[in-house]
Amino acid sequence: MCITCGCGTADAHIEGKTVANGMEPAITPHEHSHAHGDAVQHVHSDERPAVADSGAHWHRHADGTWHSHVHGGGSAHREEPSYIAGALAATHAPGIAPSRTVQIEQDILAKNDALAAENRRFFGDHGIFALNLVSSPGSGKTTLLVRTIKDWAKRTPLAVIEGDQRTSRDADRVRAAGAAAVQINTAKGCHLDAQMVGHALTHLELAEDSLLLIENVGNLVCPAAFDLGEAHKVVMLSVAEGDDKPLKYPDMFHAADLMLINKIDLLPHVQFDVAAAIDYAHRVRPGLEVILISAHTGAGFAEWLAWLARGLTEARERREASVEALRRRVADLEDELARRTASEPRA
Amino acid sequence: MHEMALAESMLEIVEATARRSGAERVIAVRLEIGALAHVEPDALRFCFDAVTRGSLAERALLEIVTTPGEAWCMPCGGTVPLSGLGAPCPQCGSYQLSVSQGDAMRVKEIEVA
Repeated sequence: MCITCGCGTADAHIEGKTVANGMEPAITPHEHSHAHGDAVQHVHSDERPAVADSGAHWHRHADGTWHSHVHGGGSAHREEPSYIAGALAATHAPGIAPSRTVQIEQDILAKNDALAAENRRFFGDHGIFALNLVSSPGSGKTTLLVRTIKDWAKRTPLAVIEGDQRTSRDADRVRAAGAAAVQINTAKGCHLDAQMVGHALTHLELAEDSLLLIENVGNLVCPAAFDLGEAHKVVMLSVAEGDDKPLKYPDMFHAADLMLINKIDLLPHVQFDVAAAIDYAHRVRPGLEVILISAHTGAGFAEWLAWLARGLTEARERREASVEALRRRVADLEDELARRTASEPRA
Repeated sequence: MHEMALAESMLEIVEATARRSGAERVIAVRLEIGALAHVEPDALRFCFDAVTRGSLAERALLEIVTTPGEAWCMPCGGTVPLSGLGAPCPQCGSYQLSVSQGDAMRVKEIEVA
């Protein structure tokens, strides 16, 4: 209940939960904003907010309008004196500007997504096949990279962006294996974002039609939300983990286009049901491609490298098609210019 | 906890909008969070309180409007409600689902004074 004018509501909140108290004061429709002496602030609106979750402080008036308020000094609803007393404890405070609503309708990740789009355009222009490698810590991402670098050898240039909270140990391992690498240390950060990758790109001289592998921070939750501009997220699950990981961390498996099941050389020693893991992954991401590998022994690598080669070919073909389209456009514009120049009256 | 990064992005959007409209402070922020979005609303509230300290949006009310999840079910050939990723179609039990709604994270509007 508003303690300034008594424009009460039938709903009371205790510990954030709505409690119907049956009181429905008669009031006339109105809209205003005011402050209370105890620093409680109110907003009133004729616009009905959509259903709020239990923590929100929106109240409906008898006339159907809504108001929200914030409490100063951490006071809770049940501590409002007027709720108990039902008295008009204060008057409308003068000199307070009326509140207004400003429409925004913007994705929280809009900035990241715009930067990711820039990265993606860069990859597209240069025929670079970029992958965002995600998994929990210890599933074998860096070991996968090291073997991939060695097996890929001189097919095309290959570069790596390494994401870790601290140290350059992974980038050092990757460089020792023979690939160009940039280490991003996220410090407290739990994921890479598009801006970090954009900065890292300025430190790498990437070749046309090359492969870029981005090893995200080992974390099966947070990186799922952040687009880096990659062609695909590749999620890795090792058999030393549970086969039900796809159900426990569905966001990541849902966001991926390929699942690598790693450490299959350990299958005789662990309880991991490969068929169940694939079935669970398909529940959250129907059609998800799966390759079984061992980054330790090299099992399954022929299939993995073939998958990479297909992606690279597609990236190169898209680049060539866009270059060809640009050439046609330039030729058309030159024709147009020649035609117009020819039809200009001579001086 | 990527909710901290999300809260920082939110604050950036909110403060930029508030400044553009000449507001002195932000009273309330209204968000739309899909039931299937990659975010934990309670964690987001906690982080929002932390990042708004000392900003135009300090002590602003954070209202989260939850939109339900929906998916296209291939066997049913229609849109069905989806309670979460990995849940089956409530009509036919299939997992051949393609999320069509409920993964949004949007700042809808703010109340300013």
